Amino acid sequence: MPIKYVDEFRDGQLARRMAEKIAAAVRPGRGYRFMEFCGGHTHAISRYGLQDLLPPEIRLIHGPGCPVCVLPIARIDTAVTLARQPGVILASYADMMRVPGSKGMSLIKAKAAGADVRMVYSVTDAMRLARENPQREVVFFAIGFETTTPPTALLIKQAAQSGIGNLSVFCNHVLTPPALRGILDAPHPDEGLALDGVIGPSHVSAVIGTRPYEFVATEYGRPVVIAGFEPLDVMQAVLMLVQQANAGRAEVENEYVRAVTRAGNAKAQALMEEVFELRERFEWRGLGWLPASARRLRDGYAAFDAERRFAVEAAVVPDHKACECGAILRGIKRPQDCKVFGTVCTPDNPIGSCMVSSEGACAAHYSYGRFRDQRAVNA
Amino acid sequence: MCLAIPARVIELLDDSGALVDIGGVRKEISLGLVDGVGVGDYVIVHVGYALARLDEEEAARTLALFAEMGALETEEAGHAD
Amino acid sequence: MSAVRKDYIRPVDFKHGRVDLTHGSGGRAMAQLIEELFLHVFDNEWLRQMNDQATFSVPAGRMVMATDAHVISPLFFPGGDIGCLSVHGTVNDVAMAGARPLYLSASFILEEGFPLADLRRIVESMGRAAQTAGVPIVTGDTKVVEQGKADGVFITTTGVGVVPAGVNISGDRARPGDRILVSGTLGDHGVAVMSKRENLSFETAIESDTAALHGLVAAMLDVVPDIHCLRDPTRGGLATTLNELARQSAVGMNIRETAIPLRTEVGAACEFLGLDPLYVANEGKLVAICAAADADALLAAMRGHPLGTSAAIIGEVRQDANCFVEMETAFGGRRVVDWLTGEQLPRIC
Repeated sequence: MPIKYVDEFRDGQLARRMAEKIAAAVRPGRGYRFMEFCGGHTHAISRYGLQDLLPPEIRLIHGPGCPVCVLPIARIDTAVTLARQPGVILASYADMMRVPGSKGMSLIKAKAAGADVRMVYSVTDAMRLARENPQREVVFFAIGFETTTPPTALLIKQAAQSGIGNLSVFCNHVLTPPALRGILDAPHPDEGLALDGVIGPSHVSAVIGTRPYEFVATEYGRPVVIAGFEPLDVMQAVLMLVQQANAGRAEVENEYVRAVTRAGNAKAQALMEEVFELRERFEWRGLGWLPASARRLRDGYAAFDAERRFAVEAAVVPDHKACECGAILRGIKRPQDCKVFGTVCTPDNPIGSCMVSSEGACAAHYSYGRFRDQRAVNA
Repeated sequence: MCLAIPARVIELLDDSGALVDIGGVRKEISLGLVDGVGVGDYVIVHVGYALARLDEEEAARTLALFAEMGALETEEAGHAD
Repeated sequence: MSAVRKDYIRPVDFKHGRVDLTHGSGGRAMAQLIEELFLHVFDNEWLRQMNDQATFSVPAGRMVMATDAHVISPLFFPGGDIGCLSVHGTVNDVAMAGARPLYLSASFILEEGFPLADLRRIVESMGRAAQTAGVPIVTGDTKVVEQGKADGVFITTTGVGVVPAGVNISGDRARPGDRILVSGTLGDHGVAVMSKRENLSFETAIESDTAALHGLVAAMLDVVPDIHCLRDPTRGGLATTLNELARQSAVGMNIRETAIPLRTEVGAACEFLGLDPLYVANEGKLVAICAAADADALLAAMRGHPLGTSAAIIGEVRQDANCFVEMETAFGGRRVVDWLTGEQLPRIC
């Protein structure tokens, strides 16, 4: 029994034909460097082995759209500190549980040492925890781009309306367009911009629409194609980017028309606007400080802001010196170009953001791409 | 990011909730971020929230585009559009 | 004056009673619990002797021994519970050596405050599982720890069996050219357990596949005595088991995603939960590796057994110094199926 709107977009036969069409469309001898911004796309590319189906002229560069990967060590340390406060229950998505902060301390290790850390699937679980434990302080460790931000906004609004007094949010929500700009802005000494196009995220775009990406085309002259989540969507988006690149066009096109419009989800946007404001700047692991790239709670909701409630001090913890994540995130270097890749830095012992989550470029390459390197070496 | 999945709304519940189905698996989710969703509609679900209604006409159009592309021979070999 | 009934012992209150520290202290309360529950349910000639150990003869041949601790939470899940799981798990470990399981031991660590009604339910489930499998629980132990020091109950089972002559099944016997088979649909157990935790419901219920596999193994050995490897893909799923075997045998493997039996609902639940079915636990399935020439006969033998009706050949073993397990995806690409980095947790990203 096929799963509707999923299986049709994973059809292997159509994939082969699409691969032929892409191969026919690329100009021989010309390279195409496309960044898939979104970690979910990185995962799909790995899971379905998409790179194998694309001609060698096309190089897919894994972008920083992995909120786990780009969260600085200092923020993880703060989460651990919050978890250790007496009476606190720290509720976190599973993705963050194993990420190491300073001295290798992670939420899962803090839990082993006695902190009350609970894994949640949804913000509603955090609300339930607060209701069921009125004498405890529940802190929700909020991470994610604009897909995950509206649920957090709804949680805070509902908590305010219900008069819940023991729930707060440690807000690390980040924005996609400023991150894209951060990547496009980085000066590369030799080549100029190392990207020919961007595969835009599926579900961030369902929320924010396609309009916020137009600056990539108008200011940086690079095409953007918003792609759906399934492998056929990604392939179709690659084809559309190749066609734009060949024609010298730079436009924002939408492949994911079944879920994304130019305006996006107005209701979700209004909710985010009501509850959050933009921070002046925010540190991104591997990318440095980016202006207006993250959110915090508005003053009206200060009671639900864990950073104010617990008087959290801002700290800066530098990344490892040998870490090449910055260059890798910008598509200038590849994971295998990093001196510590696969040796000191592995998924079990990640040094930098790209290895930290399974979506990161280095983690994905370690899990899936490594065998190609070794084959090439052994051949 | 954003692991999200298209699911069919099979029942509307109190407080903007809904019961959705995908492949025979059912879960309660929230419709608090979308408007005008009814039983039988498909929604994109992320961390227990519907983010958007899936436009079935557009979905059909996309699939038709894929199928049509699959049917054509690679006559674009000469074209570079 | 009322008569005091001599020898009156108030029976254990299984309906409303709870485990308390006296049940582990070695005194009368403990003896009574053992007699009224464990001995009563498991009842066999060895337990009736009421010794601290069981004495038995074994047929000639190589012996196999296996042990497993069970700490699963929740204790009760669709299709099973910690009780039958602990019986099946150890019976299967013995069976994966090609051995006929003979006897089991069971030791219980009970948490103070654990409801006796739940304990009885678990023990009865164990009794039924042992009975169906034809493997008696001949000796055991009971301890009680303070509240908070155990998750209700922990059960450790140990099993012994004997390997028939001529059978040599070992994880280092996979050879290039061999075929890889699985006995049925994957991911059922892990999804059944996780779904309960995550409040998913199902149109057609997904239940744990927990089962004793020694009958299936015997049927397989009847037809193909020279099976090279057998293993049940429990924690870490198929992916972990294949990686273990590949490393032990110093070979690589190639499998096809389209050949892997998977129920639609299990696949859909994995999508919902952000899990990869290849890494989800199974408790009633096995992986078999045999020579290419034996594969069709082995498959037929598996499919002829009630626990192997969905068996399939999913790939082959090949030469590979890196010991990679690779998969042809349903989509037509290739990926490496790597070792799990720690326990698989559901993803949102």
